[in-house]
Amino acid sequence: MSANLTALAYLIASVLFIMALRGLSSPESSRSGNVYGMIGMAIAVITTVINPEVVSYTWILTAMVIGGAIGAIIARRIAMTDMPQLVAAFHSLVGLAAVLVAAAAFYNPAAYGIADADGMLKLASRIEMGIGVVVGAITFSGSIIAFGKLQGIVTGNPITFPGQHAVNALMGAVIVVLVVLFAIGPESEWFWGMTLLAFALGFLLIIPIGGADMPVIVSMLNSYSGWAAAGIGFTLENTALIITGALVGSSGAILSYIMCKAMNRSFISVLLGGFGGDTAVSATRSDKPVKSGSADDAAFIMKNASSVIIVPGYGMAVAQAQHTVREMGDLLKGHGVKVTYAIHPVAGRMPGHMNVLLAEANVSYDEVFELEEINSDFSNTDVAFVIGANDVTNPAAHEPGSPIAGMPILDVDRARTCLFVKRSLSPGYAGIDNELFYADNTMMLFADAKKMVEDIVKAL
Amino acid sequence: MDVANSIDPFIYRLAIFVLAIFVGYYVVWSVTAALHTPLMSVTNAISSVIIVGALIAAGPVEMSLSKVLGAVAIGLAAVNIFGGFLVTQRMLAMYKKKQ
Repeated sequence: MSANLTALAYLIASVLFIMALRGLSSPESSRSGNVYGMIGMAIAVITTVINPEVVSYTWILTAMVIGGAIGAIIARRIAMTDMPQLVAAFHSLVGLAAVLVAAAAFYNPAAYGIADADGMLKLASRIEMGIGVVVGAITFSGSIIAFGKLQGIVTGNPITFPGQHAVNALMGAVIVVLVVLFAIGPESEWFWGMTLLAFALGFLLIIPIGGADMPVIVSMLNSYSGWAAAGIGFTLENTALIITGALVGSSGAILSYIMCKAMNRSFISVLLGGFGGDTAVSATRSDKPVKSGSADDAAFIMKNASSVIIVPGYGMAVAQAQHTVREMGDLLKGHGVKVTYAIHPVAGRMPGHMNVLLAEANVSYDEVFELEEINSDFSNTDVAFVIGANDVTNPAAHEPGSPIAGMPILDVDRARTCLFVKRSLSPGYAGIDNELFYADNTMMLFADAKKMVEDIVKAL
Repeated sequence: MDVANSIDPFIYRLAIFVLAIFVGYYVVWSVTAALHTPLMSVTNAISSVIIVGALIAAGPVEMSLSKVLGAVAIGLAAVNIFGGFLVTQRMLAMYKKKQ
């Protein structure tokens, strides 16, 4: 296959990838979009394999079969509640693959046609490779930590130590120096030096970030994996990689932006970490009386309501309560109640986490609404049923000076009655008390989320 | 061709890169919020097109460090490609409208 034909095939693959993303503008078109993505990938792989440089297939096929089988098994078995950690794990693989491909090109530049007259890596390729490998390494180790936090292997609380930001800044500066040294003379010490330091930096960047900031971090690492791929694409002079890297990079950047905006925090403040966790629990617990009720009370109130909005959060995912919640919704609809769902953009541990869980539980997606679509409806709704969400409903966001000031919240306090499923009165991630617990129109339902909803279902 | 007047191919690649960022920007803003999780898993899968770099490294007959690194990278990228596309398909199949 001539170089021109190869380049054209890569172009077709890139267009198919764009169509895969375009398909996600609606659930109906998304399924065919995913098929376009698969076709694009097949075209890119086949085009490369029939290249004259690729002559030995044993290792290629073995690696593909092993990797493909592992991927297919994981994709089939993974629980939908575990999607955030799966995505983090996948990001780490992209990062590591980028590092390995860069190393392979470093040791054998001639295979990629990027060697100079002396058989050494070209200057331009060295700069691009330096950037690509550093971003790839940060993506790898950062995603490993994010995975550990989401899976519960590493504590979800921020891990901070004095001088942390100074250490990170210093390491960043040393990495820049190493990239420059590598560009001047491509010695393997510089290559592995910058790679190992970037691994360490990725690790240090993510440990101070708490669990509920993970939607931003997972999006950011998604973006990094794209930029790493683009960096390697420049090194290898491969347009399919450059285009795909740019698409993925901007996609992750947009998601990070949406997530930051939904918390009214700057990207930098999330990245500096240390938000929430034990250090922030300084809230003076109010002594105000709390109204609490039983499953029977909740069932009675909702049965006699004309409209109920269900507000799910991370707690619903932890309790795996999505199926029971849907069952409750169906029973309520049987009583003539209008049931809808309201989702805050940062509910859960990754963008769109709650939507996937509700879809898994067979909730039709036209009953599920985003914050800005549904927020005005709370004031003429009988019951807001909050399950596993806390900070995203906290009216303290309306008060200046609060740690969550200015964060857009779901106005569940405007509903005639607010039912709040929670195990205790403990504060949420932001470490602040939720005055909603003490409001006259709030009834607390103290129990495990799943247990409570099961009891409500029985009572209905 | 006159060297001073010819454009370095890097500039073309840079142009492609910048334009692709814009394409990504407009396409991703049109993605519905309900599908943000599938968006992440599918971008994961497509960024594993980095496998093309690994295939070239693993392609030669002679044994070398590059070949080993390439083969490992193929394995990692293949986990992502199959895992990413299949899990996206599984998720997207769940999004249903009221019948």
